Amino acid sequence: MSKIQVSFNLNGEPVEALVEPRELLIHVLREQLNRTGSHIGCETSHCGACTVDFNGESVKSCTLFAVQAQGAEVVTVEGLASNGELHPLQQAFMDNHGLQCGYCTPGMLMRGYRFLQENPNPSEAEIRAGMSGNLCRCTGYQNIVKSIQQAAAALGESDGEAKSA
Amino acid sequence: MAATAEDIERKDKLEGIGCSRKRKEDPRFIQGQGTYIDDIKLPGMVYGALVRSPFAHARIKSINKEKAMELPGVLAVLTADDLKPLGLHWMPTLGGDVQAVLADEKVAFQLQEVAFVIATERYIAADGAELVEVEYEELPVIVDPHKSMDKDAPVIREDLVGKDEVGHGKRLHDNHIFTWEAGDEDSTDAVFDKADVVVRENILNPRVHPCPLETCGCVGSFDKVKGQLTVYMTSQAPHLVRTVLAMLSGIPESKIRVVTNDIGGGFGNKVPVYPGYVVAIVASIVLGRPVKWIESRIDNISTTGFARDYHGIGELAADKKGRIQALRFNVLADHGAFNSHVSASKWPAGLFSICTGSYDIPTAYVKVDAVYTNKAPGGVAYRCSLRVTEAIYLIERMIDVLAQKLDIDKAEIRRRNFVKADQFPYNTSLGWTLDSGDYETALDKVLKAVDYEGLRKEQAEKRARGELMGIGLSTFTEIVGAGPTKACDILGIGLFDSCDIRVNPTGSCIARMGTQTQGQGHQTTYAQIIATELGIPSEEVQIEEGDTDKAPYGAGTWGSRSTPVCGAAIAKAARKIRDKARKIAAHLLEVSEDDLEWDVDRFQVKGVPDQAKTMKEIAMAAYSDLPEGMEHGLEAVDYYDPPNFTFPFGAYVCVVDIDPATGETKIRRFYALDDCGTRINDMIIEGQVHGGLTEALAVAMGQLVGFDEGGNLQGNSLMDYFLPTAVETPHWETDYTVTPSPHHPLGAKGVAESPHVGGIPCFSNAVIDALSHLGVTHVDMPHTAHNIWKKLHELGVHE
Repeated sequence: MSKIQVSFNLNGEPVEALVEPRELLIHVLREQLNRTGSHIGCETSHCGACTVDFNGESVKSCTLFAVQAQGAEVVTVEGLASNGELHPLQQAFMDNHGLQCGYCTPGMLMRGYRFLQENPNPSEAEIRAGMSGNLCRCTGYQNIVKSIQQAAAALGESDGEAKSA
Repeated sequence: MAATAEDIERKDKLEGIGCSRKRKEDPRFIQGQGTYIDDIKLPGMVYGALVRSPFAHARIKSINKEKAMELPGVLAVLTADDLKPLGLHWMPTLGGDVQAVLADEKVAFQLQEVAFVIATERYIAADGAELVEVEYEELPVIVDPHKSMDKDAPVIREDLVGKDEVGHGKRLHDNHIFTWEAGDEDSTDAVFDKADVVVRENILNPRVHPCPLETCGCVGSFDKVKGQLTVYMTSQAPHLVRTVLAMLSGIPESKIRVVTNDIGGGFGNKVPVYPGYVVAIVASIVLGRPVKWIESRIDNISTTGFARDYHGIGELAADKKGRIQALRFNVLADHGAFNSHVSASKWPAGLFSICTGSYDIPTAYVKVDAVYTNKAPGGVAYRCSLRVTEAIYLIERMIDVLAQKLDIDKAEIRRRNFVKADQFPYNTSLGWTLDSGDYETALDKVLKAVDYEGLRKEQAEKRARGELMGIGLSTFTEIVGAGPTKACDILGIGLFDSCDIRVNPTGSCIARMGTQTQGQGHQTTYAQIIATELGIPSEEVQIEEGDTDKAPYGAGTWGSRSTPVCGAAIAKAARKIRDKARKIAAHLLEVSEDDLEWDVDRFQVKGVPDQAKTMKEIAMAAYSDLPEGMEHGLEAVDYYDPPNFTFPFGAYVCVVDIDPATGETKIRRFYALDDCGTRINDMIIEGQVHGGLTEALAVAMGQLVGFDEGGNLQGNSLMDYFLPTAVETPHWETDYTVTPSPHHPLGAKGVAESPHVGGIPCFSNAVIDALSHLGVTHVDMPHTAHNIWKKLHELGVHE
């Protein structure tokens, strides 16, 4: 099968890959670009383990062709921490026992990352609804909700500091 | 002597038992640096894809590989005929049966493994699998286990014709696997004949699937030059797998290494050895290259390790006051096409005889008949010990049925039947010795916390208004920690577990275990045990599991056995080290061993805290300054064979409101009190309880692996198979009491499975309680809105 060159920004860096038109973005991210943080859990867009941030939206990379990423801005879990510092969401998941086996975690974090930009001050019900495209078999979600609440508070605080500075 | 502030500070610094230490696993997972099976990439690695049967029962007339082999990139297509010369077309199962690795002349369940295509790329392997042409001749299908033993039933396992036993006693029919009994049938019948009250109910534990978020997978890597086989795989029991592989392949066990790395959830699904693993390994041996096989979600739900499918008839005999005099449970167990039920050799129905639960029932008899059907093989323990959910579901449902019959409050009937705190150790009528418990205290605490009386009052008012509100109770006792080797083995290997600790000269240590974490946080909690036992800060304790070349042999992590069995091995190994440390300290301080006492992280001369040697100092001395005749080093290994199982228990209350028009259930409140004995890390225990309750919610309210009459699976992707999201999942309230296990070195009992085992009947009891005033005594799971709506319709609630 003939291959197509695709280029996009991954975690702020330009990347290129030679892909089949039918190749899924998750496979290219994991196998060609060696970003194995995003996972495959269902192949039907239900579990969200493959969630990445794609042009400012949460997207399930198991049901997107890699060629659709041409020119896109893609962020994966590997791009969350910056300058050796964990993102407040990562810190919150660790502080609140928001993960167990860790398989859903990268997708949860990436969804939380976008969700808190969509809704910086969510209620518990809004968090549950906003995260409902991501499944977790281990935690029962309670500590994930707590983690998102902590991250919302932390991000709000740093936002407040930035504004007052 | 009261602990000084300095003592407390030293103790806190260790982060030992009882501390809610943050998890050491988390930094890699939150940064996308875990190593799960599909993350393994080896030089020269190729990919395998399985060709599966579209039919549930069919004869294979021919397999044509030609078109697949012509596809560029396809390296080989393996069928049963290719495996035959190696003797690998069948494999032994954990249930004492055999299972086809690749279908041998016929298929016996839908999506059974028929051929394996190996190609240079994942996509090409999948293309190749599409090109393999298989001609089938369809055969009549058995889906309903009640029809398996019909006179004219088609024979599912022709390979067993003429064999009157498949590992567990006499078979009564070609589709019969075994009959297993416990208790005294005659005396039970006699009690039933004379009883004031008898209740009887058909109760199903439907076929469900554990469905961990990561599917199963494997990379087989055979080094032809060294004759060494390395297998990376999703296994909850890597050491047992290594032994099975040695038995199967003839490769010396010393040349097989099984590595598990990180596992994306197991819940029992990753205990058995599946055909996919075996063909990937065989393909690697044949090709001399690493071969990767990763299961799809549909294949996972359809073919690997389902759970339950226990069709039970529960009966209780009681006096007029609701005191249970006898229990009789009969079960028809659907094991699918091969008996790959996970069980210890002597327990073909697992630990089902724990079904007397928390109650003092003087006489009991249980019988399980297992049969073949044209469905996927399995019978794994989905977040429970072997067949414990099935057992507890039956008793916790039946006691409600009895309460309803006698019009006794459902909390009160439990109280009347509890094994009392002063009766422990308590021998059950089915042969178990419950080591410890205090059921009444737990129930009282929960009833008070939820204002049970107030809830019942509210329910009465609501019923008067035609509203449906249910209050479910569950006061369960679990049996975990398999198990005493005199009673428990798999393939002849005792179910002990192990720990190997080595203390370094500078006082840190590395410890390795025979278990395998899948999210339970062993790296964190195991270190806490060592910190408390050895006075080494848990930050300086390195925990490793899941590499058979490094870790001592153990039976793995399932059946909540990590803390009850391996946790004990850790404590015992640490105590061996402490014994040696005491001798070294006595030598260094020039006193007798008897003059020393242990204090947090050091041995000190009794009453003279100034004269002490810390563990750090002792560690260095172990490599330099030893008493005469003592060996160097500071290490120990312990293989722990538990004297008994442990028996965690709990009291749960669930409150539901059901919409009479739609049948939708809203979980208003769920309060769970667990007693798992000594608590090592509250944060992790609570997380385990939240997760277990959510899996219980899934089973009770929505999960079902269902089939049509042709044996076609209806709903095998996450489009249909219910995994609760954060929206359906309620807020959990947790609580605890502490009744330490008297025989466990730490008093710990295990917790991860209790919320699943105790939670499922609690949900059912709540839903059925909401309908009980309408004369409903039981409805089977799952309690979907549609199923409840149908029931309400039947009852005429809408009119």
